[in-house]
Amino acid sequence: MTDPLQPLSPADRAVDAELQALFGPIADEPLPERLVRATRRPPRRRVAWAAAAAIAIFLAGGTLGWLAHDHVRETGGDGTALADLARGAAMAHRVFAVEVRHPVEVAASDESHLVTWLSRRLGTAVRPPPLSDLGYHLVGGRLLPGESGPAAQFMYENASGERLTLYATTAAGTSETAFRFLQDGDTAVFYWLDRDVAYALIGTTDRARLLPVAQKVYERLDR
Amino acid sequence: MRDALVAQLPGLRRYARTLCGDATRADDLVQDCIARALERDHLWQGGNLRAWLFTILHNLHMNAVRAGRARPVHDALVEAAQSAAPADQHERLAAREVLARLADLPDDQRAALMLVAVEGLSYEEVAAVQGVPVGTVMSRLSRARARLRADSGEPPGLRRVK
Repeated sequence: MTDPLQPLSPADRAVDAELQALFGPIADEPLPERLVRATRRPPRRRVAWAAAAAIAIFLAGGTLGWLAHDHVRETGGDGTALADLARGAAMAHRVFAVEVRHPVEVAASDESHLVTWLSRRLGTAVRPPPLSDLGYHLVGGRLLPGESGPAAQFMYENASGERLTLYATTAAGTSETAFRFLQDGDTAVFYWLDRDVAYALIGTTDRARLLPVAQKVYERLDR
Repeated sequence: MRDALVAQLPGLRRYARTLCGDATRADDLVQDCIARALERDHLWQGGNLRAWLFTILHNLHMNAVRAGRARPVHDALVEAAQSAAPADQHERLAAREVLARLADLPDDQRAALMLVAVEGLSYEEVAAVQGVPVGTVMSRLSRARARLRADSGEPPGLRRVK
């Protein structure tokens, strides 16, 4: 048995050194961003706890028309359609925000073409607002199939590689709405209607961090 | 707490890599570990953060093993060591033999050795991670090192005979 007070034999030290040589360098690799982020984000509420909370709210005779679940659900016809749109925008974000080689179809270097093209396809003017004062620069954009027609996705990125996407699609017969919020797993979405366009701003983050950016986007889109 | 967690990430990733092999799965394990730690940080009484995190990681991995979701040990070790494989042919052969012997160790012995030799945990910390007395850790280490020593004479793969 190894006595902790006795030094290891040379042969044992050689064993340890061999293992250190084989596996040591793994710890020198750059840390993946997702792990660093995981230490910062408050943990997601566990489903069981959320269900218990929903029941508690219900039993308390709450007049709130929502359930405490992972999603903040909208009620009413119009709101549900808009929430579906927000979920679709969140999915598009998850698909393309992690894309390394082809995050966008048209790069920001060709911004005027990007804006003209997407505006023509959507049938209404859409223009990504500048967010450089918040540390985010435009990467570019792409055309996507939306819930009821073409949709535009603009992608932004900051210096540490975090990406936001702004999703826009036309919404027929609409009015303006206030901000609505949806947290879908680790994806946060603020969405709203502005005249005939539905917008969603999506980030792999939480509400508190996304809100100030969403407010700027909202202000700057309000032509 | 956040900065302290980040400081533990390199070691946790490395240990997870020797358990899972594949870097993505290892990082998934570390991410689950961090999420679990944050969920339970109200239960954490202060004290040894490193030992606590390695304990969570160990338990999560054991759950995966019991559920049949873990990879064979040998494949995991070979894949983990690949990024660090020596270029020299002779050293590579030596490394292959060490990996084979390491893979042959009982899981508890191998884990104790990796935690002490590579992660630099103390015997007390390993005892906390494995949930056994310090004396048990010491005997696990002693047996593991004896089997890995180059002069142990036994070729790897033949000591499963019991």
